[in-house]
Formats: sequence, structure tokens, C-alpha cells
Amino acid sequence: MSVRSEPLLAAARPARRGAPIGLWLDRQSVFSWLMMAPPLLFLAALVGYPFCYGILLSLQDRPVAHPGTFVGLQNFITNFNDPIFWRVALNTFVYTAVATLLKMVGGLGLAVAMNQHFRMKNLVRALLLLPFIVPTVLSTVAWMWMLDPAFSVVNRLLIGLGLPRPGPSWLGNPILAMFSIIMINTWRGLPFYGITLLAGLQTVPPELYEAATIDGASGWQRFRYVTLPLLQPIILIVTLFSVIFTFADFQLVYVLTHGGPQNATQLFATYAFDIAMGAGQLGLGASVALAMFPALALLIFALTIYMRRG
Amino acid sequence: MVTGYGPVERLVRLWLPVGFFLVLALFPFYWMAITSLKPDVELYNRHIMPLVLHNPTLKHYIDLLTQTNFLTWTWNTMLVAVVSTAISLVFGVMLAYPLARMRFAGAGLIAMTVAAIYLVPQPLLFIPLADLINRLDLGNTLTAVILTYPTMLVPFSAWLLLGYFKTVPMELEEAARIDGASRLQTMRRIFLPLCTPGFISAGIFAFTLSQNEFLYALIFLTKSAVRTVPVGVIAELIRGDVFYWGQLMAGALLGSIPVALIYSFFVEHYVAGLTSGSVKG
Repeated sequence: MSVRSEPLLAAARPARRGAPIGLWLDRQSVFSWLMMAPPLLFLAALVGYPFCYGILLSLQDRPVAHPGTFVGLQNFITNFNDPIFWRVALNTFVYTAVATLLKMVGGLGLAVAMNQHFRMKNLVRALLLLPFIVPTVLSTVAWMWMLDPAFSVVNRLLIGLGLPRPGPSWLGNPILAMFSIIMINTWRGLPFYGITLLAGLQTVPPELYEAATIDGASGWQRFRYVTLPLLQPIILIVTLFSVIFTFADFQLVYVLTHGGPQNATQLFATYAFDIAMGAGQLGLGASVALAMFPALALLIFALTIYMRRG
Repeated sequence: MVTGYGPVERLVRLWLPVGFFLVLALFPFYWMAITSLKPDVELYNRHIMPLVLHNPTLKHYIDLLTQTNFLTWTWNTMLVAVVSTAISLVFGVMLAYPLARMRFAGAGLIAMTVAAIYLVPQPLLFIPLADLINRLDLGNTLTAVILTYPTMLVPFSAWLLLGYFKTVPMELEEAARIDGASRLQTMRRIFLPLCTPGFISAGIFAFTLSQNEFLYALIFLTKSAVRTVPVGVIAELIRGDVFYWGQLMAGALLGSIPVALIYSFFVEHYVAGLTSGSVKG
């Protein structure tokens, strides 16, 4: 501490807290609000305003580059009667649920496997996180090439293992296309789960395992009754995170399938993009994007409450 | 943990699962790399063993760098990432410091709002933002993305820094206050210099997130000269139905290298941020 005392005094000197304006500025509330005002105004202008404007847009018939006309809830009614919209809702649900489940199970497996002492553990951990670091679009292009209809390396390996030629059409078959986007989303998100859960595992006191072992618990029982309950808060938070961002995913599907074949992989975000940017219907597009809002709002609310507590 | 396994058990418990995850995580990058080095005759020949290189060539890299705007895109991506990261750190501190240290009415509400904004995904906002950017006449300028990236990076940095700030002991600041320093001086000269690790974590995250951003860049940047790497690669290296896979893989690999390099230098900070900032809050 004594090393630090010099700069402390130097910092203290110029401040004369006698002047009334200085005293006013030094009040906690005044200082705080003045400090937070610029970022809060920025967020109000570029998040708050667009959000409200989006609601307004969703109530308009608004072709791109034309003034909008107010149509009330017409866009939402159109969506309600649009079979593709319901297909999109189902797709988004399946995509989010399955990918999240796979990431959770795989991530737990990864964390448990990594929670042992071995050489070059830090290097392995760094390499495992690479899929999560690299820009999604770029790694998705690599997957696109790996699943290419004519030259798919995955298929060549599968054929080598005895599958009949020409192998599955990963992006051309509706079910396989959904399977593919789920797998690639899992590939990218699993390390995030795994490494976060690993950090949680490392905080579990070893005595608990020793006590459980002395009481005769098997490996599975130690995992089930010691590890899982202690990890539960972290699992919950990571899962909520992952659900929010998987639910609103855009990049992966846009690059890999463009929502095809026949809307089999169309999600809310890509569908809203197609309507607003492709067909130029800003109002209808905004209403599709807003259809995500109720579910997102619930999830975000749950997670913010939970993060505040934790 | 429990030790004393035999080598066979260690293989089954450790190296098999870890090896499986490693191969899964890294194979796409291996495939990117060898594809980018293969000549076209080898790429599009189904009778050659695909997993190894036979006649490596740099042709795809040369084509990528001379026939496309890849270098411009890289420059744009870097510029945008650096500027928006800087904005996010400054604004992030301005939000996080009062929330971490001051008592004032509404603090809890602001903290909740910041966390909630951090979780709002871009697809919810891109349509009104596109219209807004058009009206401001900012289409096809880097300003458009430099302004919009911080909408997700500021709340994120603020949240991560808030978590870090709370771990810094308050004694030094209290001492400075007793010595007569104003709140601003205490923050700038005493507190912020102690927080370098937090800034590195938040900075790397913000930098990687801006490199990864795609939706806003796709919508706002439609001219080749202002594009970022992800948009340039998708929009210009895929021409209609023709895929230049060699060039695409070269572009994907080169585009990943800046992030991977920065990440490899600061991996400990990254992991610390991942596990503290995003999770515990």
C-alpha cells in the first residue's frame, strides 16, 4: 500500500472541494447520472428508438422507399394466416430445443472430460474454443464445402465406411438440412458450454467427492448427486443465454441454406430478412421479427433476474 | 481429484473423449487449410484421397489477394472492430463505474436495463435500424456499422466490467477521497489503472464480436469498397451458383487469423471473461 501513497497525494492536491459546483458534482447521484448520460442517450437513440419504431413499422404497410400507411394489426393477421409463418415458428422451436439440448449434454461431457489433470491442458482448452472464436460466417462456409452435394468430404468418408453412393444430400433434403444446421450450431456453441461448465466444475471442492467416495458413491452417483446440483445455477444461466441467441440465429442459416429447401430451415430472423430486405415489405418484415418478442422478453426477463441474484 | 488410474483407464477416461472433442472442433479448420492449398484439378477430382495434400499451391491465395477486394475488406473489418471496441470500452466504463461504486436511486433499474439490452438479439432491431440508417443517409459508409455495433458491445462491456469492478477492493479509492480527490479524479487516476485485466477481457470480447458481426454489415454495406470480410466473402466469392471453393477457403482462413491470433495471446483473459463476466455477472 505504501508504494501507492505518492500518486494518491498527487491526485489529491488539485482537488479543492470547497467550491459549491465541485461539491454538487461530487454528490453520488449527480456524478453517476452525468457519467452515465452519454452511453444511456446513445443506447436510447440506437436501441430504444429503433425498438419503438419497429413496433410502429409493424402496424404499417410500408414498401421500401415509400411512405407507410397505417393498417392496424393487418400484418399480424397476415402472419397468422400464413402457413409459412407457422412452419417458421415450428422450425425455430425445433432448432432451438434440439441444438440447446445437444450443447448442454455435449458441453457437460466436455467439461467432465477436461476436469482432469493432464499435460498441455491449457493448450487443449484454447484449441477447443476455436470454433466459438472464429467468425461464424467463415466457419459456416467451411461446413458448406464439407457438405457440398458433389464433393462433400463427409460423404466421401461415409462412403469409405460403406454407405451407398452418392451419400446423403445434407442441404437438399428438408430433414437433413435441419439436422445439418442443428449440428453446426452445436459445433460452434458446444465449446462455450463446455469451458463455462468446466470453470464451474473447478470450483467444486474436492472434499465433497472424497466424502461421497467414502460413503460408497459410484462415479455416476458422484456426478448425479454432487456435480449436477452444484453446477445447476451455471447450467441454467448458460442455457438461457444459448436459448436466446439460438432462437434469434441468423448468420448460420442465411449462409448455409438461405432457409431452404422449401423453407425447411427458415427461422424467424431469416424469414423477416427475406420479407423486409428481399421482398421490400418493411412493415410485414417488422411484424415477423416482433413475433419473436414475447418469447424473447420472457427469456431475457428470467435471465436478467437470475443474473442479478447470482 | 482421484488419481491412480492405470494407463488403459486413463486412455478411456481422458484421451478418448478429449481427442474426440478436439478432432470434432478442429477438423473444419484442417479442411479449410488443405482445401485452400489444393490446385483445382485436385479439388474437383473424386478419385484422389481427399484428406491429404498432393500438390500444394498458393494460387488461391494469390487470386484472392489480387482479383478481389479482400485486403480492403480486411482493412475495413479491422478499422470497424478497433473503433467500435474503443467506443464500447469508454461507454462501458461510464456505465459500469457508477453502477459498481455509487449509491443512487435507480441504480438497480439501470443495471437491469443494461443487462436486458445486452441480451436483445440483432434480428429484433435490424429492420427499423435499416430504415433509420437510410434516413440518416449513412448507407454504404463504415460509420453505419461503427454506430450500430456498439449497440450490442456497450451493454456487453458494461456488464463484463461491472463484474470485474466489483472485485477490485475499495480501500485505495476511499483513501484518495479522504485525501481530497474528486470523484472523477479518484476514478481516472486511482481506480481505472487497477483495472487493466478487465479492459483486456472486455476488449477482446468486443473485438471478436465485431469481427463476427454479419447482419448489420450485410444490410448497411452493399458496395464492395466498404464491405467487411464476412460480407465480402459471402457476397462476392460466391457468384451465382459458381463456388470458388479454393478462394473461399483461403478467404475464410485468412479472415479467421486476426481473431485467432489476438485470442491466442490473451486466451487466459478470454476464458476469465467468459466464465466471470458473462456468467456470474
